[in-house]
Amino acid sequence: MSGYTSIWLEDFEAGQHAVYGEHHFTREAVLAFARQYDPQGFHLDDEAAAKTHFKRLSASGWHTAAACMKLLAAYHFRLRAEAEARGEPLPALGPSPGYKNLQWIKPVYPGDTITFSGTITGARMMKSRPGWGLITLTPEGHNQHGDKVYAYDSTVMIACRGNVGA
Amino acid sequence: MTGDLLHYEDFHVGDVKTHGPFAMSAELIREFAREWDPQPFHLDEELARSSVLGGLCASGWQVCAIMNRLMVDGYASHAAGLGSFGIREVKWMKPVYADDELTLRYTVLDARVSSSKPEMGIVTMCWEAIDQHGTVKTEMTGVNLFRVRNPAQTQATAS
Repeated sequence: MSGYTSIWLEDFEAGQHAVYGEHHFTREAVLAFARQYDPQGFHLDDEAAAKTHFKRLSASGWHTAAACMKLLAAYHFRLRAEAEARGEPLPALGPSPGYKNLQWIKPVYPGDTITFSGTITGARMMKSRPGWGLITLTPEGHNQHGDKVYAYDSTVMIACRGNVGA
Repeated sequence: MTGDLLHYEDFHVGDVKTHGPFAMSAELIREFAREWDPQPFHLDEELARSSVLGGLCASGWQVCAIMNRLMVDGYASHAAGLGSFGIREVKWMKPVYADDELTLRYTVLDARVSSSKPEMGIVTMCWEAIDQHGTVKTEMTGVNLFRVRNPAQTQATAS
C-alpha cells in the first residue's frame, strides 16, 4: 500500500496519487461476469471473439470497472480502519454523483493482471450541502505489459472534518 | 445471416426505444456489493437507512452493468456489434432500491461512420434506467459501435 492517506475533505489535494492494488482476471471469472451482465458472443465464446477486432476472448468492460471499484473501495476502507485503530473519529460515507470520460482503451484478456491506481484532481466544499465536499479523481488501470487499459474521471462526496459517521 | 442482424444503418438520430424490465432484489444488491463494492449502504439495511442514501441500494456500478445487460438483451445480442470504447458520462441521480424494477430507455443522439474504419459505425446514445414509478435513476451517455452493412455505399452517400 502506497499513496495518499486522506480521509477527510480538507486533507485531499490535486496531485495526490495512490496505487490501489492488482486484480487478476481468470477465464472463469471473465465468463461468469459476462454471463450475468454482458452476454455478448465476444465475451463468452472463443470463436466468436476471434472474428472481432478484439481477436480473442476479452473481459466485459464493466468487469474491469467493477474490479477497479473493488480495489479503490478496499484502499479507502483500509485508511478508515487505520484511523479507527488510532482511535480517531471516522468521516460519514458519501456516495458518488457520477463520472465522466470512462475509457476502455485496450481489451482486458483472461490471464491479465491489472494494476489500478488513481490521482486526485481536485477537492472543494459543497455550497448546497453543509458538511460535505466533492473530490475529483482519475482512476486508471494498467496491464502487466505497462499498457494503460482503463481510465475515468470520478466524483465522490467526502465528509468535511467533524461530519462523522459509521 | 448478417442480414438479420441490426447494423449501423438501423439506428437513426432521434430513435427512442425501451427494453426490460429488470427486477432488482436485496439478494442481487448484496451479491454484487460483496464482490465489487462492499460499502455499508450496499450491504447493511440498517446502516443504509441512516446514511445519506436512505436505504439499502445498489452499487452504481451494478446499475451500469444491469443497464448493459438490458442493452444486450434488448438489441446488442442481435446486432453486428463491435463493443464500445467508452462512456461519456454517467449521472447516478437517485439510489436504486431492492424493490425497484428498472427499464432501459435509449435515445440515439448521433450516428456516423468512422473516418479511419469505414466498416465501423459510431452510434452515440443516451440510456436511462427508469423505475416502476417513471423516475429516472441513472442516466448514461456513450457510444455503441456497429458494423456498417454496406461500407462503400454508406461512405458514398455520406460524402
